[in-house]
Amino acid sequence: MTANNEPTIHVEHDEAGTNVEHGDHDNAYSGLLVNDANWAFGTDFEDPLAGVDTTVPDGVDAKDLGAYCLMLGDDALVFSQRISEWCSNAPDLEEDIALANIALDLLGQARLLLARAAAADPQLVPELPAGSPVPDEDRLAYFRNDLDFRNVRLAEVPGGDFAEAVAKILIYSTWRLSIFERLSSSRDTVLAAIAAKGVKEMSYHRDFAGRWVVTLARGTEESRSRLVTALNGLWPLWSELFETHPVETAVAEAGIGVDPATVADEASVILDQVFAAAGIDRPERGGLAGVGVHGGKGRDGLHTEALSKLLAEMQVVAREHPEGQW
Amino acid sequence: MVTAMLETSPTDTRPEGTTDTAPVTDAEAIDRAWAAAERVTDPEMPMLTLLDLGVLRDVTIENGHVVTIITPTYSGCPAMATMRDDLQRELLEAGFPDAEVRVSLTPAWTSDWITERGKKALKDAGISPPGAAPRNSGPVALTLMPTRRAVTCVLCGSDDVRLSSEFGATACKAMYQCNDCLEPFDHVKEI
Repeated sequence: MTANNEPTIHVEHDEAGTNVEHGDHDNAYSGLLVNDANWAFGTDFEDPLAGVDTTVPDGVDAKDLGAYCLMLGDDALVFSQRISEWCSNAPDLEEDIALANIALDLLGQARLLLARAAAADPQLVPELPAGSPVPDEDRLAYFRNDLDFRNVRLAEVPGGDFAEAVAKILIYSTWRLSIFERLSSSRDTVLAAIAAKGVKEMSYHRDFAGRWVVTLARGTEESRSRLVTALNGLWPLWSELFETHPVETAVAEAGIGVDPATVADEASVILDQVFAAAGIDRPERGGLAGVGVHGGKGRDGLHTEALSKLLAEMQVVAREHPEGQW
Repeated sequence: MVTAMLETSPTDTRPEGTTDTAPVTDAEAIDRAWAAAERVTDPEMPMLTLLDLGVLRDVTIENGHVVTIITPTYSGCPAMATMRDDLQRELLEAGFPDAEVRVSLTPAWTSDWITERGKKALKDAGISPPGAAPRNSGPVALTLMPTRRAVTCVLCGSDDVRLSSEFGATACKAMYQCNDCLEPFDHVKEI
């Protein structure tokens, strides 16, 4: 055990809730961070792309590739964080586990995408004090401010009820699956591999959400009305998913990325199939406006207040301990 | 099983600190490395080796050190770090302190890579093994009805079972219950 691995937590609560100070000699946690092969955490699985060739392909600006991976990674990260809020709060154990699984899949995708962003354009990665053990993808996740996030706003809007959760997952995974199916043939082999894996995972997510949307729509008056309310509330965020940011234009032209506008028809048709099976109408509401004279949206780093609060909760511990060992 | 490839010169290029004393040929080293890597089991399904799970893709020798290739089952699989640590420890104990574990993302893992021995080990442990994975060509089909699988109860063998959830205790499993004996059980998903 090296000095760097010494745990820094020296306070615990006794049964009465009183803080108990411990010296190093009797710290209850001091055995945890030794280099014990049976202890998975603290043994730093440092690079999720270890051994993967991350060379940037010819014909694409590394900055564009980095920015694009950041957009996709932020979508997955922020949406994963939102869904994980359901953990221990879902209507029953099966759905609780299902939602946690979906959040975990998205978190895995986010980790790979953010690691890809960092490898493509190291300048994206926030600087931390020298010697900080925080890996690049964690720096991107925990040490950027809200205005630096590039996720679509659908990913960040607050929880709502279970009907809203499954409606949101249906919309997100329908859109995202259409993009990832095309991204599987990206000239960037890393992105292609992440997308091919994601397609398999999100097929389950879309089916899960689609079945619940049909079940709620055909359930009771209450479940149907909650679902319709949820869809109406989310619909203003639908059109933003298919608006093309200049970075997406650039990577699509380079054969690296997907212009989201090109999947709009397919995603609409699939969603309409679910609505038909559910016996509900597609909501008719315009898109949520952007911010400022240029109408900036999620991809431009302009978000709703909900993102700032989500990040505050997600990032606070990491930011308190930029040199922490976990 | 993946066939190991020999492409390096004898092991005199191995760095200092190698605990093995007798000089060995690459063929011997690779046999020993394979034997060690094959002993590593999945941390969440310990009845299954990484080889039987299809996560361990290859063991080779490159420039005098052992390289093992693993492919994650799911993007967010939290067991990857443990798998890598377990591989490195097992190889260390077999005399390969400088073994490297590389991640390969392409082709993506499929449940079809679980070996017959692995499927039997799952079944013996009360976990229903996966059937053949869907082969997608063209757009992924939307499925609004529960996935149809030929699953039988791991306890009584009845085929009257119901899917309780497509998501289970680990990322790779769905949950079922037998309608005859009421036994709840896990099924490794086809992916």
